[in-house]
Amino acid sequence: MADNKFAAYICSGCGIGDAMKVPQLEAIAKKEGKMAIVKSHPFLCNAEGVQTIKDDIANEAVTHVCIAACSRRAKTEAFQFDGVAMSRANLREGVLWVVATGKEHDEVRQEMAADYVRMGCAEVKKMTQPAGNVKESSSKRILVVGGGMSGMTAAMEIAATGYEAVLVEKTGALGGMTAQLWKRQPFKEPYAAAQETGVAEMAAKIAANPKIKLHLNSTIAETSGAPGRFVIQVAQESGTVTEETVGAIVQATGFTTYDMAKLPELGGGQPNVVDQAGLEKLALQANGGAIKRADGKEVKSVVFVQCAGQRDKLKEDGGTHLSYCSGHCCGTSIKQATYFKDQNPDIDTVIVYDDLRVPGMGEDFYRSAQEKGVIFTKGKASKVTGGDSCKVSFKDLILDEENTIAADLVVLATGQVPNAGVDLEAWNPVVTAADGGDAAAKTARDEMKTISILNLNYRQGPDMPQFKHGFADSHFICFPYETRRTGIYAAGPVRRPMDILQATDDATGAALKAIQAVENASVGRAAHPRSGDLSFPTARLEGCTQCKRCTVECPFGAIDEDERRFPKFNEERCRRCGTCMGACPVRVISFENYSVDTVGSQVKAIEIPEEDEEKPRILVLACENDAYPALDMAGLARLNYSAFVRIIPVRCLGSVNTIWITDAMNSGYDGVMMMGCKKGDDYQCHFVKGSELAHYRMSKIGDTLTQLGLEPERVVTQEVAITDNQRVVTLINDYVAELEKLGPSPMKGFG
Amino acid sequence: MTTANQSAVERYRNNFLKEVEANVEEGHMVKMCMQCGVCAGSCPLGNAWEHSPQKIFMMIRAGKRDEVLGSDSMFMCTSCYNCIVRCPRQLPITHIMHGLANYAHRLNLAPKGQPTRDFATLFWNNAIKKGRVNELTLTLGHYFTNGLVSGIKMALSMQSIGLGLFLAKRLNPMEIFGGHGVKDLKGFHAIVAKAKEIEDRKKGFSA
Repeated sequence: MADNKFAAYICSGCGIGDAMKVPQLEAIAKKEGKMAIVKSHPFLCNAEGVQTIKDDIANEAVTHVCIAACSRRAKTEAFQFDGVAMSRANLREGVLWVVATGKEHDEVRQEMAADYVRMGCAEVKKMTQPAGNVKESSSKRILVVGGGMSGMTAAMEIAATGYEAVLVEKTGALGGMTAQLWKRQPFKEPYAAAQETGVAEMAAKIAANPKIKLHLNSTIAETSGAPGRFVIQVAQESGTVTEETVGAIVQATGFTTYDMAKLPELGGGQPNVVDQAGLEKLALQANGGAIKRADGKEVKSVVFVQCAGQRDKLKEDGGTHLSYCSGHCCGTSIKQATYFKDQNPDIDTVIVYDDLRVPGMGEDFYRSAQEKGVIFTKGKASKVTGGDSCKVSFKDLILDEENTIAADLVVLATGQVPNAGVDLEAWNPVVTAADGGDAAAKTARDEMKTISILNLNYRQGPDMPQFKHGFADSHFICFPYETRRTGIYAAGPVRRPMDILQATDDATGAALKAIQAVENASVGRAAHPRSGDLSFPTARLEGCTQCKRCTVECPFGAIDEDERRFPKFNEERCRRCGTCMGACPVRVISFENYSVDTVGSQVKAIEIPEEDEEKPRILVLACENDAYPALDMAGLARLNYSAFVRIIPVRCLGSVNTIWITDAMNSGYDGVMMMGCKKGDDYQCHFVKGSELAHYRMSKIGDTLTQLGLEPERVVTQEVAITDNQRVVTLINDYVAELEKLGPSPMKGFG
Repeated sequence: MTTANQSAVERYRNNFLKEVEANVEEGHMVKMCMQCGVCAGSCPLGNAWEHSPQKIFMMIRAGKRDEVLGSDSMFMCTSCYNCIVRCPRQLPITHIMHGLANYAHRLNLAPKGQPTRDFATLFWNNAIKKGRVNELTLTLGHYFTNGLVSGIKMALSMQSIGLGLFLAKRLNPMEIFGGHGVKDLKGFHAIVAKAKEIEDRKKGFSA
């Protein structure tokens, strides 16, 4: 600490100097904040102001800087000093713009500003500038699992950007599902007729590309390591195993079609009733000629039944089939109907649909099929019988009556079932039982493991977590490519149902994500959403009680256990959310620039007025991803909220350690409000589980508060979206009013 | 007419859509309907119809020949053109409805006693006789469509209007004896006959 030199810079620009007494703030920074250098400037973010700070860093050996000016989210380019720890006291968005104007508010405004200066000084003293952790030997190769359209596209895009790709395909040929098609839906202007799949050309290009290493007839026997240092055991069908070292993984393992045998009422398994894949097979056999059924008879009439075994009720509501729409099947049926019409316009083709969904330019293709005479009937098929003359019974939804059509062939548009590997929610209890010595569970575990795709040796299980309906993980609402396994990205129909065009876009996106991941890993930077963060968690193991909360609660599976059962951080897998820090009951986990102390010292730094002053103090811990920007935007909109709150941004509500709450209550705060992102199935938490964990942890804090003689209402947790700039104001003001009714905290004066 | 109907049934067998495409004005656009229902929702007389345009198009595709050609819906159209303006697929719905009405009428499958159909027939026959509409005989013809008694009742209820028109010299009672025609009546009849011949040929009604 001997070499540390602290400096505070207070900006009086943007009207701060007019509304607040800057000299008093300087005195506070000097006396209470114990800053060696304190300066104010009328325009701190201009070249001259920034130069002042730079000069002090160069000439006065300043190592820690507290900037009391605008929000930490503003002027980030101006206030960027390499190698120097920095805190920001938010005097503009946090005080000037949100405290009501006028002389009568001068006192509370000044108090608020003074507290923010105290907090900024206290925080920076506990910070260390992260040095980063450059990995010389980090691998920048990227593994692509699956050689279908998505996988081929990802590999080609990776190679096109100059990176090396390793492409692993289970079967003996590239192309996946697309290779089983006669033609694909149009993807180029004028979107009027089915087009060649182009699989053969792509496969040839991949074979000839020196940047792509191809493993056919291969699966992944084991994946270990972390971004930048994944070690992959590629097992050939012949039994030989090749080891590949890669930096990131794109999982493009696609889908299988929903089993028609589960649809006996729609004729599944009966003669002359096929699914869409079955029709492609017949079309490939016909090779452009008349399409014939399995019994050799030329098809003169065909009925397509849409949504077969799809868009059923949810399982919990009694549904038995897929509850989602697979997105591509309407377009695929239109395409297949044109196979017939293009060959012979006199063939009767009827598509029985409930809602025709043709995303993208599909609407043009739909029209072109109508022009060719494909009949579209809005109805819901109830029964199909196969045989020489198939019968489709359906309810006509326009005419509101039951109807029956006869046809030589019936095609069922069944859905996509993702190949996402092991379902971890089913896996974990089985493994726990197996580890406990249960023989049946051991067999079940080994059986489950056979469908694993990545065979990760993570303690969290062998595959990515699964999202709704068994699709591979995705931060569906905000960042669709992101998964909870850092450096592993899902692409194509394994992630959500989609058609070929969407899958190629998806694969391109995932390839770029993987490239970012290998680059970040090589210099020790965090991946999304704290991109560029060089800090990483460390644990004081001598204080660790091996409770395993951090390893279990980490949303990203970044923490393993070492041979002595202590947490072992895989820095490259870490997303720097601090959920481990929030979980740790003995508070041994910290980041260089974000720790129990950096926030705790801010909580304790503020001045709590005496009870008779009737000025409550409320601590707001706001998630920096959504809630803090919303609060800033409230300031931008000049919305006023109570000057009694003191807001501290946190990386994620998951990083909130309960000690901050108890410390705050003990110091005499009247209440604590936490603002985080939406939790639940449609979560918006950037770190997936953080907000949920915070809600859970706070639900347990009531007892502690009661023991302290405090009302449990003094601690609340709110869900806030980034667009809620008006709502945060209401939330704060309502809460302050509620606390005023509750009366001052009985802990005041004891702190 | 029955023969025309029989031959149409024969020719198109169960493909009524093809029959409509070949014989009905703008019939080739029926297949382009995407069943959104905007036409049905836009029709100001929608609730007075048995079948909305949306349903008529669906019935055509479902091969419901008798129901479509026997429907009175097409005769209820007032040609307000709301549906044409709003159709997202740009189907000329009004024209198709009139085309269907015309086709059903020619096949003699349109509903008997349908007032619009009856009045249109009356109007055509009246206009064709002299090349211009004889308002007196047209009105009287209309009054007496439903028999002598109701005709007399209707005429009596309208007598003050008739008198007013007469005094204003807008009604000549002498017109009841045939009235005056266009200059070249023979030429006019020749034109109409030729037009009918062309249309019959186009729509497959010529022997």
